[in-house]
Amino acid sequence: MTFVAKPKAHHPRLPLNEIGLTRRDYEGSVSTLCAGCGHDSVSAAIVQACAELSIPPHRFAKVSGIGCSSKTPSYFLNKSHGFNSVHGRMPSVITGANLANRDLHCIGVSGDGDSASIGMGQFAHIVRRRINMLYIVDNNGTYGLTKGQFSATSDKGSTSKKGAPNLYEPIDLASMALQIGASFVARSFSGDKSQLVPLLKAALHHKGMAFIDVVSPCVAFNNHDGSTKSYEYIRKYGQNVVNADFIAEHEEITADYQPGTVEDINMPDGTILRMYKLDENYDPHDRVGALNYVQRRKEQGEIVTGLLYVDPDAIDCHDILRTVAQPLNEMGELELCPGNSALASINESYR
Amino acid sequence: MGVSYNDFVIRFANVNGSGSASANGMFAKALFRMGIPVATRNIFPSNIQGLPTWYEVRVNERGYLGRRDGVDIMVAMNAETLVEDVASIKPGGYLLYDNSKPLAKILRRDDIIEIGMPISTMLLPEFVDAKQRSLFKNITYLGALSALLNIDFEVITGMVATQYKGKDALIAPNIHALELGRKYAYEYMVAPLPIQVKRSDKVGHRIMVDGNTAAGLGCVYGGATVCAWYPITPSTSVAEAFELHANRLRIESGTEERKFAIIQAEDELAAIGVVIGAAWNGARSFTATSGPGLSLMSEFLGLAYFAEIPAVLWDIQRAGPSTGMPTRTQQSDVMAAAYASHGDTKHPLLFPATAKECFDFAALALDLADRLQTPIIVLSDLELGMNDNLSEPFEWDDNRKYDRGKVLNAQDLDNTEVFGRYLDVDGDGIGYRTYPGTHPEKGAFFTRGTSRDEFAAYTESPEAYEHNMQRLLRKWHTASTLVPAAEISQQDNSQQGNKVGILYFGTTALPMPEALDLLVEEGIQLDTCRLRSFPFGEEVRTFMESHELVFVVEQNRDGQMRKLLINEGEYNPQDLISITYYAGLSISAEFIKGEVLEYYQANKKLPRLTQVQS
Ligand SMILES: Cc1ncc(C[n+]2csc(CCOP(=O)(O)OP(=O)(O)O)c2C)c(N)n1
Ligand code: SF4
Ligand SMILES: [Mg+2]
Repeated sequence: MTFVAKPKAHHPRLPLNEIGLTRRDYEGSVSTLCAGCGHDSVSAAIVQACAELSIPPHRFAKVSGIGCSSKTPSYFLNKSHGFNSVHGRMPSVITGANLANRDLHCIGVSGDGDSASIGMGQFAHIVRRRINMLYIVDNNGTYGLTKGQFSATSDKGSTSKKGAPNLYEPIDLASMALQIGASFVARSFSGDKSQLVPLLKAALHHKGMAFIDVVSPCVAFNNHDGSTKSYEYIRKYGQNVVNADFIAEHEEITADYQPGTVEDINMPDGTILRMYKLDENYDPHDRVGALNYVQRRKEQGEIVTGLLYVDPDAIDCHDILRTVAQPLNEMGELELCPGNSALASINESYR
Repeated sequence: MGVSYNDFVIRFANVNGSGSASANGMFAKALFRMGIPVATRNIFPSNIQGLPTWYEVRVNERGYLGRRDGVDIMVAMNAETLVEDVASIKPGGYLLYDNSKPLAKILRRDDIIEIGMPISTMLLPEFVDAKQRSLFKNITYLGALSALLNIDFEVITGMVATQYKGKDALIAPNIHALELGRKYAYEYMVAPLPIQVKRSDKVGHRIMVDGNTAAGLGCVYGGATVCAWYPITPSTSVAEAFELHANRLRIESGTEERKFAIIQAEDELAAIGVVIGAAWNGARSFTATSGPGLSLMSEFLGLAYFAEIPAVLWDIQRAGPSTGMPTRTQQSDVMAAAYASHGDTKHPLLFPATAKECFDFAALALDLADRLQTPIIVLSDLELGMNDNLSEPFEWDDNRKYDRGKVLNAQDLDNTEVFGRYLDVDGDGIGYRTYPGTHPEKGAFFTRGTSRDEFAAYTESPEAYEHNMQRLLRKWHTASTLVPAAEISQQDNSQQGNKVGILYFGTTALPMPEALDLLVEEGIQLDTCRLRSFPFGEEVRTFMESHELVFVVEQNRDGQMRKLLINEGEYNPQDLISITYYAGLSISAEFIKGEVLEYYQANKKLPRLTQVQS
């Protein structure tokens, strides 16, 4: 079943994408989050990325857990089905969704509480299983929805709004994703659209587990001095290592880059991922090196952002399971039921 | 003393991991192939190697398949349990043991017959390798039993040949060990014993299989494509059976690719999450677990109930609470399953009693889940799931279509004016759903565990919330008309008015025919109701209301099914008499008879048959 979306009359100033749709066709309901919440910028970036990729807006499956961040699938891609599941369990639900229909683009949105605390187990295991999806954590270092408790990604020593210090070590989800087998790992910032949108596009085209940790400040509870997830802090200490761009064909390299710092990667679907290395010693194909780099910089108080690691030839869970190409949810008794005749020998084997 | 045929209980006492399972299994299979009804039970420890394990076979010409107390023949191959093994033999029964070491004096009983056989000593010159020797011990006693009980030797040797097909080198030594035992029995023992077997036709066309295998196979037939599970005894073999059969029956020819996906999840939360995600996206999916897993799945079950997503969950019950007795049977998850999760949540339950019913219910549960858009929990138990027992053969009607329930495709959506996911268009409480990605413009909606209106939009409106909750109740009523009806048998008896019934479900049905026969001998005739599902249908109400007294028999301490009946049916608790057995072995006919009889003796006014058949 394929559908060609009908071109509609549009606001004349909005550009049309390759399938004749505008960004508006990729939007969702009006957000109910706090004005200035980083999560809304992430949603806007998703809208832009999906529109620019010209993917039919109904061909996504959006799944989330519980939290302010997990509410956001309502705020993008209205034409796709969304599933706001239970706290910390987005990974299992989206795993099932992906197994059922491998042709849909799976977008999972979670929070740092959702993924690094209650859902830590599911986060780790979906990465291991290489589900073909885009996994976004809107990381604000706090539990927004339950009003500002520390989360497991809060840095030790960072303070709550009332000034109390966090006493525990932080969990770095990007480092964990690197360690347990994600084939695309990036970190970005909700306020840096120019970095985030291309990363989202590249991640959506990546086959396998694409994980993006997006620092996404909570203006209500974690945007003060003493927070290491505030707008100010990430602007000051964010260190971009590799910018990604997503291009349709090998275009001229226009920007002024040092030779040897630009690399084009042919993606399995025929598109091209262009990487601009801002640190020429950084190798985004070296998993262990990336892990090391992120940790070393962290020691110096810096937050490494950009495309941290990519394996363009990665396999996904369907490859591992050797499932058929046709989506499992399209099959009926004809494809699935062995019929009564096969039971004769089965019954015989139990005699 | 006369010879009795096809009526005894034999128990094998072994050490876990000593390779006895295959020899013991061959014993049961041999009798089955001679046409004699057998019921097998594994009584095994929660341990991999070294602890005691028992295998019990009830042989019964009349086809009674329930567990029977008391052992007629004890094959005592575990020195550590000798004391209790000897004690469990019925007076007049037999003890077959390895007399390479003499039996301790204190173990001797003058009301049983000892049959000593120096198995270890006999095998010493035959097999050099110690491990082999220990394995062949089992085969040797099997050979002796064939002589003692008069089992067709060809049936056993034939089985050895099929069992070791491809490993031909093993056939000869196995046959040799069999013959050693057999010869010894003929030469040094009084073989055959007065307890014997003889060919029968009482098995008919039935097969011998365990319920979990049937469940896994039924999921293949029922069109499940996604299975997610986390290992837990006694449910593990459901997923394993699904995989085994799917690996043969669900491979696309040419590409050799699989038309199924199995995820061994990181825990039960993830397992049920995968199932719900897959079903939300239109694939039939299921999980299998036991009590502890059911507890973990609660939050997700509430989500699936409220967000109305199909899911199938097999709970192979074991003895709780907590880790309880992981390798013993019980029916103690009835309440936990019926009301799993917080808030006003309830789930349809199915109660299979035989392997055939496991097969049938597996496919039925997938249909019901799709039709009712809600989790269906199948409550089996260790007794049914892990023991080979007689069952009707599996059957499939090739004209049968999967009932995918109310799902709108793109064309339907084009022809639909208004789509509201939770609109009760048909008045049965069930809305229409769409799979993700169906239509470019129409039919997308947001699934959530929060309150929503008929168009799936979030709302905290008190009216909308109540409206939705009431619709779920209408759906619950619809469910009661779709789930399998109870099996009811009303005796045409001459008692006036004061009628007494007995109600049971699942594996409590196994000993019931025998229990009922035993009670008739006491002049007590009971109408029967075998529940097969929850919510209870009208037929259950009719049964309850047309009997003044109903015994509710179940395998848990608290009489959970009785409470569920009282809770849902608002029956007078005094009319429901609880009979519970929960010690972890399966309930026996003698036990049921004893409990009923006791009640009758305490309540002399209860009617009995005028003509007591003795
Ligand atoms: C089982 C369970 N426990 C607790 C909660 C309460 N709860 C809702 S959201 C949340 C934390 C969300 O934090 P995060 O994932 O970081 O999302 P944010 O709101 O910060 O975007 C908690 C604890 C819940 N919904 N479910
Ligand atoms: S509480 Fe924080 S995370 Fe939640 S919406 Fe407001 S700013 Fe965003
Ligand atoms: Mg947060």
